[in-house]
Amino acid sequence: MSILVNADTRLLVQGLTGREGGFHAAQMAAYGTQIVAGVTPGRGGERALDGTTPIFNTVAEAVRATGANASCIFVPAAGAADAIAEAAAAGVKTIFCITEGIPVHDMVGALAIVQRHGARLIGPNCPGATSPSAANSGVKVGIIPASIHLPGDVGVVSRSGTLTYEAVQSMTDAGIGQSTCLGIGGDPIIGTTFRDALELFAADAATRAIVLIGEIGGSAEEEAAAWAGDNLKHLPRVAFIAGRAAPEGRRMGHAGAIVSGSSGRASDKISALEAAGFKVALSPTELPRLLREAGYAPRS
Amino acid sequence: MLPPMKIHEAEARQLLADAGLAVPDASTATTPAGARAAAERLFSGGASQVVIKAQVLVGGRGKAGGVKLAATPEEAEQVAAGILALEIKGLPVRRVLIAPAATILREIYLAALIDRSSRGVLLMASAAGGMEIEEVAAKSPEAIVRVVAHPHAGLLPYQARQLGFGIGLSGELLKQFCVIAAGLVRIARSSDADLVEVNPLAVVPAPELPGGERLVCLDAKVTLDDSALDRHPELAAWRDADSEDPIDREAREQGIAYIRLDGSIGCMVNGAGLAMTTLDLVTQAGGSPANFLDIGGGARSEKVAAAMRIILADPGVKAILVNIFGGITRGDEVAKGLIAARDQQDRVVPMVVRIVGTNAKEAAELLTAGGFETAASLDEAAEKAVALAGAGGAAR
Repeated sequence: MSILVNADTRLLVQGLTGREGGFHAAQMAAYGTQIVAGVTPGRGGERALDGTTPIFNTVAEAVRATGANASCIFVPAAGAADAIAEAAAAGVKTIFCITEGIPVHDMVGALAIVQRHGARLIGPNCPGATSPSAANSGVKVGIIPASIHLPGDVGVVSRSGTLTYEAVQSMTDAGIGQSTCLGIGGDPIIGTTFRDALELFAADAATRAIVLIGEIGGSAEEEAAAWAGDNLKHLPRVAFIAGRAAPEGRRMGHAGAIVSGSSGRASDKISALEAAGFKVALSPTELPRLLREAGYAPRS
Repeated sequence: MLPPMKIHEAEARQLLADAGLAVPDASTATTPAGARAAAERLFSGGASQVVIKAQVLVGGRGKAGGVKLAATPEEAEQVAAGILALEIKGLPVRRVLIAPAATILREIYLAALIDRSSRGVLLMASAAGGMEIEEVAAKSPEAIVRVVAHPHAGLLPYQARQLGFGIGLSGELLKQFCVIAAGLVRIARSSDADLVEVNPLAVVPAPELPGGERLVCLDAKVTLDDSALDRHPELAAWRDADSEDPIDREAREQGIAYIRLDGSIGCMVNGAGLAMTTLDLVTQAGGSPANFLDIGGGARSEKVAAAMRIILADPGVKAILVNIFGGITRGDEVAKGLIAARDQQDRVVPMVVRIVGTNAKEAAELLTAGGFETAASLDEAAEKAVALAGAGGAAR
C-alpha cells in the first residue's frame, strides 16, 4: 500500500482545461492515475484528455457524477484558495494544491474550511505525491516527474520540489524504492505538516523506512522529530536539511525558508532529528548509504 | 516566491490612521526646508517638541542617529539636514518623518502576524514595549501574551480583552487597547500584510480622560505579502525602488529569487530547496557561494540568460555553478539559455554545468558541443566549481 494516493484514488483536476493542468493531468494518467473529472467554471459539458474526461462547472457536480474522492488543484493563485474551499465543501477528503503564490491570508481562511469539513489539504505550493507501482499502474498526483521513481517501501516526505527529485533519484539509482513520495510544500501555511505525514507513514504497513527532507525556517521539523522520537522507533529513519549555509534574516526562495533570530536554524533541526534517532545526511546523495546504516535493506 | 514587501514607517502609520487608530499627526519631507515647514505646522498646532525620524527600510535607526528631537523650527531644519545626509546600514536617507514628540509614560508591544504553527493571524502583546520582541522572547517569554484571531471573523472582542488583561491593562486603557488590537488584525487582513507591528504602543498623559492616560501608536512596521500585491495597486505603489539594489530589482521583475551573498561562486539552480542545498554543498566543499538564485519552474532560455546577467553583475563571482533538475524545467532550454548568455556576456568566468531530468540528454549534447565543463552529480559539480574558483573560492 502507500499513503494518500493509491489504486482507489479517483482524481478530479481543478483547472484541467488550463495549460499546466492539462499537461500534468496527461502525465498523471499515463502513469496510471484514474482521472475521473475536471472542473473549470464555465466549461461544464466539455471533455478533456482526448475526450476521455468530462469537465464540470462545479466540484459538487463532479463528485456527484463521478465519485471523485481526491482533487488536484492547478487553478491560478488568485482563485486557488477558493478552489480548495470548494473541494472541501463538496466532500472531497484529499486535496492537493500545486499552485504557487497564493496570498497567505487566503490560505488562513481556506484551511479553516478544510478542517471544518474533515478534509486533508496537501500544499499549497507543493509537487504532490506519487505512490509508485509496477509500470503504468502507479498513482501520481501532482507534478513529480515519473521517471525518478522505483516501487518500494521507503516513505519520503519533503518541503521542497526539485530537492525531492534529487533525493529520490539518488535512492532509485541505488536500488531503493519508495512506498509514497510526498511533497508538503514550502509556504508558511500548509495543510499537511511533516508530523502529519510521519503519522500516515507510521500507520502504513507498506512503509518500512522514512526519509524526511526539510529546510530552514519555522519549527515543523522539530515538531515532527519530537513526535517521531516516541512513535517511530520501529522504522529506520534518515533526514536531510537544506539551508545550513543560509544567512540569517534572508528568505531563501520559499516563503517559509527563513532563519529569524534563534528560530528556524538548520543546526537546531539537525540536532532535534538526531535526538529522535534520525541519521542526518550532509548531501542528498548520502541518503541511500545512511538508510542502510540505519538498518534498512530493500526487499529483493 | 518573492520576499514580502517592506513599506516605510510613514506609510505604515497612514494604514493605521486610515483604519481609525490613534496615530499622532505627522508629515514627511525630503529637504531640510520641508522639515522646517512641517515642524512649524506642528509647533503652531501646540507641539512643544518634534521628533524627526529617518525613513529607511532597516531597523536600528535610533542607534544610527536617525531619530532626533528638535525644540524649534530652526533646530528641526538643522536636525533634518543632518539626518538626510546619513547613510544607515548602507541605505541613504532620502526622507524624514516629522511628528510631535510624545511624553511617554509606558511602552507596550503589539503586533499581528501570520503564524505558521497556529496557521492563522497571531496577536502578540507585551507590557515591555520599546524593546525588540525577540529580546523579550529570549529574556522573559512569559511576558508575551498570544492569541490567534478567528480565521474568518478576525479578532473577536473577548480575544482582544484576553490580550489586554494579559498585559495588565484595565479601564479606559483596556478599551482603547481592544480597539487597536482589532484594528491591527483588520489592517493585516485588508492589506494582505504578514506583519503589522506597533512598537511602541505608548501610554501618554491625557488629563481630559477618566484614567488620565491614553494609547497612541508611535511607530509602525508593516510588511506586505508579495503574492497579494496584484490586488492592492495602491499599496504596491509604495514600493521604495530607491532602496532596492538595481540587481535585486531586475531579479524581482524577472521572477527570479536572488539573494546576494559574500562569496565567489555564483549559483544558478531551479527550486528553492535545491538552491539552498547547492549553497550547502559548495560551502562543504570548501568554497563560498556568491548568491542564492532560484530560476523557478519551467524557465525558458531568456530567463536563464537574465539569471546569468544577474550573477555576473557581482564582481566577486570567480566561477559559476549551474545545477538544474529538470521536471517542468527542460534541460535543453537551460542549455540554450546558457549558450546564448555566454555569447552576450562581456566577462568570462569558468563555469560548471550539471543538468539532469527532463531532456538532460539533449542538454548534454548542446553543452558538450559548446565546450562547457559538466558534472554528473551535485557533489561533483560543487567540487569542480570550488576548484574553478581557485584561490578566489575563499570568502572575500
